[in-house]
Amino acid sequence: MVRTEEILLNVGPQHPSTHGVFRLVLTLDGEVITDAKPVIGYLHRGTEKIAENLQYTQIIPYTDRMDYVSAMTNNYVLVHAVETMMGTEIPERAEYLRILAMELNRVASHLLWWGTFILDFGATSPLLYAFREREMILNLLNELSGARLTFNYMRVGGVKWDAPEGWIEKVQEFVPYMRKQLKGYHDLVSGNEIFLSRTKNIGTYTKEDALNYSLSGVNLRSTGVKWDLRKDESYSIYDRFDFDVVTRDAGDAFARYECRLEEILESLKIIEQACEQFPQDGPIMAKVPKIIKAPKGEAFVRIEGSRGEIGCYIASDGKKEPYRLKFRRPSFYNLQILPKLLKGENISNLISILGAIDIVLGEVDG
Amino acid sequence: MIQDLLHSSPGILNFGIFFVLALLFLFVILGFVTYAILAERKVLGFMQGRIGPNHLGGRWGLLQTVADVLKLLVKEDLIPKAADRPLFILAPVIAFAPSFIVVATIPFTDKLQFADLNVGLLYYIAISGISIIGTLMAAWASNNKYSLIGGMRAAAQMVSYEIPLVMSGLGIVLLTGSLNLNEIVAQQQEAGWFILWQPIAFVVFFISATAELYRVPFDLAEAENELVAGFHTEYSGFRWAMFMLSEYVYMFAMASLISVLFLGGWLPPFEFLGFIPGAVWFALKFSLVVYILIWFRATFPRLRADQLMEFAWKVLLPVALANIFLTALLKELLSIF
Repeated sequence: MVRTEEILLNVGPQHPSTHGVFRLVLTLDGEVITDAKPVIGYLHRGTEKIAENLQYTQIIPYTDRMDYVSAMTNNYVLVHAVETMMGTEIPERAEYLRILAMELNRVASHLLWWGTFILDFGATSPLLYAFREREMILNLLNELSGARLTFNYMRVGGVKWDAPEGWIEKVQEFVPYMRKQLKGYHDLVSGNEIFLSRTKNIGTYTKEDALNYSLSGVNLRSTGVKWDLRKDESYSIYDRFDFDVVTRDAGDAFARYECRLEEILESLKIIEQACEQFPQDGPIMAKVPKIIKAPKGEAFVRIEGSRGEIGCYIASDGKKEPYRLKFRRPSFYNLQILPKLLKGENISNLISILGAIDIVLGEVDG
Repeated sequence: MIQDLLHSSPGILNFGIFFVLALLFLFVILGFVTYAILAERKVLGFMQGRIGPNHLGGRWGLLQTVADVLKLLVKEDLIPKAADRPLFILAPVIAFAPSFIVVATIPFTDKLQFADLNVGLLYYIAISGISIIGTLMAAWASNNKYSLIGGMRAAAQMVSYEIPLVMSGLGIVLLTGSLNLNEIVAQQQEAGWFILWQPIAFVVFFISATAELYRVPFDLAEAENELVAGFHTEYSGFRWAMFMLSEYVYMFAMASLISVLFLGGWLPPFEFLGFIPGAVWFALKFSLVVYILIWFRATFPRLRADQLMEFAWKVLLPVALANIFLTALLKELLSIF
């Protein structure tokens, strides 16, 4: 009789498809995964602990480095938490700038995801197309904040820099361009028979699973749960815009693909409206003390980030540093379902399942 | 000319001429590989909104590949400690040698052909099958799990796709009644190119050929996104270069074979264009095939291993068999051939 043995395969932390320093210990029976054990922590920097020794404004650059693909939303969740505790009123112009920055960043983040997701299947061109468009967004955000990735743009009470002259017009020009390109994306990839066969009915989970695993963002909406904090627990000025929450019922990798691409369209809608309503002038910073001290007590806020619900909990004893700071990092929670999805799958499906969850290791490891 | 040489009495001079010709031909192939890689990068760049190599050797990056090869040659020769040393060293050679041997039988023009074999087509397929042993050896000798999975996939893929490849080629053999590649081209002079008579076979042949070449969307053996680099994960420097070289030489050979079988080889598309030499026509057709292969690479994602097998056995093979049946009917009813 032939003696067969399971292979123990160590994927990562340096592996092209783990999108960062993520390690996965797989047990393989032939090419079928019988067990998967994710190992995380290679990028852990202890952001939350460091924050306990920093003033609130000093924490903002650290949030940039959590989900470095969509830093604006991370900026926002922190300042939003502090502002909630202080009860600060934010000037109109600053609110609009924040919305524009966050939504542009969301588009950039989804573009990066789209490119790398298809790249995992071996198609190289979409990545470059996505980066071409992402580059335009990064240039816009660069003009706004002076940085391409780690923006450090928002401050407690407003934003650091005003929009340069002609910036709003540039954003307005970008919106129709992006819509046109998005159509091209669909033409190139969405109908491709090979792509469909690799994403349809792959990595499927039910609504109950998603809720039990505390998934959020597209990972939740792809199962048909209509839950978007921008609509359901509206923060900032999102209630002024008309946009839809995109959902799909299938709960597979392709549903998540469709959701993300359509979310780009919805974000563009918000950007378009925000540009129209953008106030001509006004302050970009509220009157806040030079040294920010959150009042004694605690607060928890959550917003809809690019990857799901980002939460920020602050416990303050009235000093200029937080007593305890905690982030609910969506990638970390979304990743938890991975071992369950991988069991019994072919190793080739690993990349489409992992890719569709869309993790950013900076955020997973915190 | 080469035919006359082959049939003349053996002598030092004849041998010398033949040796020089073969050497020349080797340089032609190496030149092709150099510029095929450059062309691939340029065309991909063009399709992806980039520029591609443009620093070395002028605006077109003409020396880029030369520099790359030089860099590979001077790299440290690394052999993993746990590797099976003799096999590890032998594998690139075994993968690489057949790729050159098969080229001997390709008729580039009616005169320029190194071996006018009566079983040319069969020879090509038989010899090219040897390469897979090199791949498997490399996969096994590396003692790396990614390599092993890649090598197994490569073997399964090669075995599966060789069958539709042969079956689709059989249609042409039926029409011409010959396995001689020279003869096959000559028959296309009167009958028209076989792509017109055998469109189904052409599609099946082209797909199988892409799979045989391990090119996108069938590059599972080296699927870099899942298997790091597949069977040559542990290879670096000139050993790795030999695998790459064999891959591109096969591309050369396969593109030539497709031109010969389906696109009329050295024949001009219309009679009145006959004043242009056959070698030029051959080069044009051949470049078209290579261009389509590069185009594939810019467009398609990769298949999954089990889907790949399904596609070969459940789609390509039945279609190829049906084509043989149709061809036989056609031949009987029309009696052109």
